[in-house]
Amino acid sequence: MKMSLLQQIITIAAVVLGTMLTRFLPFLFFPAGRKTPPFVQYLGRMLPLSVFSLLIVYCLRHVSFLQSPYGLPELLGIGVTVALHAWKRQMLLSIAGGTLTYMLLVQTVWA
Amino acid sequence: MDGVRLRALKTAFPYTVPIFAGFWFLGLTYGVYMNVLGFSVWYPAIMSAAIFAGSMEFVAANLLLASFNPLQAFLMTLMINARHLFYGISMLDRFRGTGRKKIYLIYGMCDETFSINYTAQIPPQVNRGWFMFYVTLLNQLYWVSGAVIGGLFGGMIHFNTKGLDFVMTSMFVVILLEQWFKERDHTSAWIGGGTSVLCLLVLGPDQFVLLAMLCILVLITLLRKPLERRAAA
Repeated sequence: MKMSLLQQIITIAAVVLGTMLTRFLPFLFFPAGRKTPPFVQYLGRMLPLSVFSLLIVYCLRHVSFLQSPYGLPELLGIGVTVALHAWKRQMLLSIAGGTLTYMLLVQTVWA
Repeated sequence: MDGVRLRALKTAFPYTVPIFAGFWFLGLTYGVYMNVLGFSVWYPAIMSAAIFAGSMEFVAANLLLASFNPLQAFLMTLMINARHLFYGISMLDRFRGTGRKKIYLIYGMCDETFSINYTAQIPPQVNRGWFMFYVTLLNQLYWVSGAVIGGLFGGMIHFNTKGLDFVMTSMFVVILLEQWFKERDHTSAWIGGGTSVLCLLVLGPDQFVLLAMLCILVLITLLRKPLERRAAA
């Protein structure tokens, strides 16, 4: 380790401060007592759907679709998740089904 | 524990089960990773509890091994975690009236916790504030305990967990679907997915998130009139 303990504590504190700033900033800018501007309310309604798409792309960011297995385990895992969820609407069932499918595929078919 | 809190805890727990699986796996991985890098168990314990932002904790481990530069660590954190700004904006109204719990709700708002607290259909007889509080608390407990166990016993785990991390992908897919079913207009989902894929292709896996967020923000701002009309239609 190059750093002293104090330097490590300061570094961790800087990361904590940065993380907390990104979480608290909107609430500091738009306190509960005052009315949130309509544009910000609009963003609050529109952003979640696009963020959930972004998060899925983020989860798949290291998948290579040009090399074998061409992202097939991921696509099949997602396919099973979507199919189960459209059918039963049971969150746990859909997630478990999709994940087990994926695990089975990467441990056996494309091990 | 009084009835209100117990009912909120009972309602919250099932929502957090997939996160238990994912966080224990990822938390364990993080603990093992820290162990391999030569950090004692105190580091994953304290960092997982205080930072509580998965990907950032892996980055922070590397920052600790580099030369001392707290300003760079701070700025890097802002960039990696900028997506929390979107979560905060979306939760401004939902966290209203939650009293002192609000501080903790904001503090513990990681990707998974936000996703559940934003989309969960909380029954009317369950206290919303306590529901969100327990979702946040349970998720943090899973993550920290995973990291500690990984830090302590990392070298001894031998069962084939390959692919278990897919539980997070699968959960975000379900959450997107839930929100998709709930809303009539899906333009913003396409905007989010499309820009993210484009930015990923252009900038690669480690750099694309910030630009994707910027593009989403610009497009949603430009399309405000038509999008609001469609949402109201």
